[in-house]
Amino acid sequence: MNNSIFTPRPTREGQGGGSSFKCDIILCGVGGQGILSIATIIGEAAMNENLYIKQAEVHGMSQRGGDVQSNLRISSDPIDSDLIARGSADVIISMEPMEALRYLPYLGKDGWIVTSSAPFVNIPNYPDIQDIQAELSRLPHVIAIDIEQIAKENQIPRSANVILLGAAQKALGLDYTTLENAIRSVFARKGEAVVEANIKALSLGKAAQ
Amino acid sequence: MKKLLLGDEAIALGAIDAGLSGVYAYPGTPSTEITEYIQGNSLARERGIHSRWCTNEKTAMEAALGMSFMGKRALVCMKHVGLNVCADPFVNSAMTGVNGGVVVLVADDPSMHSSQDEQDSRFYGKFAMIPTFEPSNQQEAYDMMETAFDYSEQQCLPVLMRVTTRMAHSRAVVMVKDQARPENPVNYDSAAANWVLLPANARKRNDKVTAQQAQLEEDAALSKFNIGPSPIPSLVGKGEKCPLGIIASGIAYNYVQESLKTLTPQQDGREVPVLKISQYPLPKRLVRELLNNCQKVMVAEEGQPFIEEQVRGVFESQNILGRLTGELPRTGELTPDCVAAALCNAGVTAPLATRDEQGVSPLVVARPPQLCQGCGHRDVYTALNEVLKEYQNPRVFGDIGCYTLGFLPPYRAIHSCVDMGASITMAKGASDAGQWPAVAIIGDSTFTHSGMTGLLDAVNENANITVIISDNLTTAMTGGQDSAGTNKFEAICLGLGVEPEHLHVVIPLPKNMPEITRIIRQEINYHGVSVIIPQRECIQTFKRKAKAKKQTPLTPPCRERI
Repeated sequence: MNNSIFTPRPTREGQGGGSSFKCDIILCGVGGQGILSIATIIGEAAMNENLYIKQAEVHGMSQRGGDVQSNLRISSDPIDSDLIARGSADVIISMEPMEALRYLPYLGKDGWIVTSSAPFVNIPNYPDIQDIQAELSRLPHVIAIDIEQIAKENQIPRSANVILLGAAQKALGLDYTTLENAIRSVFARKGEAVVEANIKALSLGKAAQ
Repeated sequence: MKKLLLGDEAIALGAIDAGLSGVYAYPGTPSTEITEYIQGNSLARERGIHSRWCTNEKTAMEAALGMSFMGKRALVCMKHVGLNVCADPFVNSAMTGVNGGVVVLVADDPSMHSSQDEQDSRFYGKFAMIPTFEPSNQQEAYDMMETAFDYSEQQCLPVLMRVTTRMAHSRAVVMVKDQARPENPVNYDSAAANWVLLPANARKRNDKVTAQQAQLEEDAALSKFNIGPSPIPSLVGKGEKCPLGIIASGIAYNYVQESLKTLTPQQDGREVPVLKISQYPLPKRLVRELLNNCQKVMVAEEGQPFIEEQVRGVFESQNILGRLTGELPRTGELTPDCVAAALCNAGVTAPLATRDEQGVSPLVVARPPQLCQGCGHRDVYTALNEVLKEYQNPRVFGDIGCYTLGFLPPYRAIHSCVDMGASITMAKGASDAGQWPAVAIIGDSTFTHSGMTGLLDAVNENANITVIISDNLTTAMTGGQDSAGTNKFEAICLGLGVEPEHLHVVIPLPKNMPEITRIIRQEINYHGVSVIIPQRECIQTFKRKAKAKKQTPLTPPCRERI
């Protein structure tokens, strides 16, 4: 369903000196899918780029298999609101296709959806996946990939979320090496094998976008 | 030094850097991460800062007072409903006063993301005559901690610091100090009579604290955290008034700033005067200054209309806009969208440009939270439901924790959930009224938090109830913190007087279903108090421990200790 002509957002480098940069991101999925790790990596990358960051998370009861989301805002200028206004997000990164659709009211006109294409069915009334695919393909800027499958094929089952991050790299407008460095520092304490698995995941995601 | 910190983490680090000696807390969303951060902080460990979880918020508040009595700085953390549990020591702490600084950090949860009500803790601060701080961003939260401890010691009063979900659980870059202030030395309070709240002493303190309020209000007017009202546009000198001014506090201040910056200004491009409130008692002097220069004033605050109600008392009420007049939603969290709409309706900003907003797809269905696959509570509800099918009108009184999700399909197993510990006492009351079977289901941590006293009531009257303490060896709902009663539940129940032959421990697994259902049936049929303890570790903490074990090689046992 990677059906659109990709016009990537300019990266930080591509923007030239004085211009300002802003990216409002909605991260979503089902509790336990690892959206907060994606947020941590983007946050680390943004901090190393000397960008301002605000990231609102949800903890507590909804984490138990319910829908979860996080608002992540990065900008070269100070950020006021912790939450993203409707119709203004630049990117929705979703670990689950129906969850991507849940936050459509927040997506800006030229915003991107980067989502896992594999449904996570833990409710009896989950809609027909073909209907969801059809709905997604009606939107102008969508990258939908089966991250679980790619992760399995490459023996990095725990890094599916980072594959998704790789696929969102251009939409985020963050430099690839910046994300790579952020992965190194975020996962450093878990050992080199974990770092390498996630670097590999990032590159697989980048290739898929 | 720059750090990317959650609001809760900024508070925790701010406290450590302000010379904290102990944090006392019971886990509760959205406050849990404060104590967890202190538990994991290396300086806190090095200094031996107390950070072990308490049995409930009341024991936490009282322990903090004890530490303060000895001259050291203590932090108490809880969610908003926890303040109800410790209301007694909290309110009385204004009467005793403090020696070492005490900050009571309460995290409110408007919109009830993970709570039973939307109460606004600022009312408690006013009620108890305790100065209250409310940060708007992570940097302020960090900086405020030191100010709050200093102020607490200067005024000899505890300080209430109120945050809301979006403040607690939002991350930003914070500039932190390179060095932490040293801890206070032990210093016994010389005004020790204050600490004995006999009426004769308490009356003196009550007069003192009441008289102190004017000073606290003036301090708030001068506080570096209260900004404005600014700017008062130049037209004011000519006797004109601004069409609208804004009072904003906490997170709402951010939404106001965002709207004023990003939306097209109306009012001929003139700036809108904004008064930011972050320290209470509400500084009426600043409010009056704003009101005198504006035709109307809008109040944007997260939570209940705490400022708005007070301001309406000093100004013509039809000119105060906010939650009470419908400009902003009466309940629930504010959002950048509702604040922007309110400012636009009040004529401050031009009408919102249509943003080509997309509707929600009709395909999207709700995905409610549920008990984890493999969770022991699931087996408990399966067994309970199977047995209760055999009875007419059974009633199950639930409690606060993951197992409250037993209300939802497929179990639909509980009929009540009110507050920590209410399962046992409500089952008893229902039984007193003639209900049978009356079953209480309560988690291990909730039982030690507030269930034990209720069980004693039931035992003393041999109430006809069946209590299930579903023990997963942790405080699971908030992420797996230590549970105060682990390995002690049988002893606690026997100690409270439960008869040994009506106390059972079972392992909730599908293979044990026949045994569990037999015991539940038998104890429902027994006319008196019985306690069944299904005991199996939370699947989440179990997985986490297994993973940690795999990652770190086992350390050999310490020979000296064998």
